Order: sequence, then structure tokens, then C-alpha cells
Amino acid sequence: MAIEVRIPTILRSYTGGDKAVDGKGETLDDLFADLDARHEGLRGRLVSDDGALNRFVNVYLNDEDVRFLGGIATPLNDGDVVTILPAVAGG
Amino acid sequence: MLELRRDLYDAIVAHARRDHPDEACGVIAGPAGTDRPERFIEMANAERSPTFYRFDSMEQFQVWKEMDARDEEPVVIYHSHTATEAYPSRTDISLASEPGAHYVLVSTRAEETVEFRSFRIVEGEVTEEEIAVI
Repeated sequence: MAIEVRIPTILRSYTGGDKAVDGKGETLDDLFADLDARHEGLRGRLVSDDGALNRFVNVYLNDEDVRFLGGIATPLNDGDVVTILPAVAGG
Repeated sequence: MLELRRDLYDAIVAHARRDHPDEACGVIAGPAGTDRPERFIEMANAERSPTFYRFDSMEQFQVWKEMDARDEEPVVIYHSHTATEAYPSRTDISLASEPGAHYVLVSTRAEETVEFRSFRIVEGEVTEEEIAVI
């Protein structure tokens, strides 16, 4: 099951500069574990210590923000596109 | 150094004044690799707050996709401080995620004068830079 994952500039140090990588998984959580096996450290930037999605990382499944789907447990299908964008935020 | 057209400078200030006392935020996109801010994009502050800002996640997704399709980058990311100086806060520094961008800070704390400054924020390190309004 191949899922295309689009990587933002700031996280491309984990992917050898690649803008997109392929991964697999039944859920977003599985996908991040799969990516971490080949791009060590990436998962730690996306998921906080309590296992939830990092509050300041936006993850989109196709055209939806996964926060409005199932968060980290959102189910995935072959051919899905996952886009990661760091939130633009501050005080 | 940030080179910024006068109309874009004015557009940032006008947006910051209009949203005061809430923080205003947005992007100026430019052709990838040129470091030239050209296309002004006002963003909604999803927090609608005088002390915090965050791009609306769906609006950010649309704008980032559009930049990608046009081969553009976020050359400038701007936001306002409405009661404090135009200098990156601790939160600004810890959340800065576009190492190639010029982070423009505007303060609207004074009614008559505007503070307008630009910074690079890379891996927690803040470097102020000159601004040339052209």
C-alpha cells in the first residue's frame, strides 16, 4: 500500500532533501512509524510524547486537515496523499 | 537584507492597523530562488487574539499549494505585535519553521508611529537584518 507523503522544507533534512517520499500504513500512526524506519527522527517531529499529533504541525490527508478526521488514528488507503506543513504561528 | 517594494510595505502596515488590537499575519510570496517578495497574501489569524497568531490550517494549505503550483516560496512571513515591540517573542522563535523566510514584525502599539523590522529565524537563532524599501 503506497502513500505519497509531501515533506516541508524544514523536515527535508530527514529525507535527504526529497520533497516527497513513499510510505505505507493502515493509519497515520502506522505511516509515521514506517517513515521513521527509513527517515529516523522524523516521527519525533510530528508526534508529541503523549502519542498525539504535534499541536503545531498540520497534516492533511488529500484535501482535509486530519484534525477534522481521526487525528493520528485516521485510516489511510492506497493512493492517498499526505501533506505535512508546520503551522505558521507565534505570539 | 530585505528589499521590499513600498506598496508591499504599506500593505503590511495597513493590515496590521486594521486588525489592531488583534495580531495580523500574512505572507508575501515570490518566485522560488529569487528572494524577491512580490505577491501579497493576507491570512486570517485563526486565533483572533491580541497575543497570538496562527494561520488557519485550511487557508494555509490552499496558499502553500498555490505557491507550489506557481513555483513560488514564502519570501516574507509577517505578523504584528499590538502591545509590545517589533521583535520575535519566545513563541515566535520556537515555532519559526521557514528557515528561508524573512520574518517581518510590525508593532502597532503606538498610534502615530509604526515599528517595522525584519529577522531571520533559523534553528532558534534570531538575526535582525536591514530593510530597503524600494
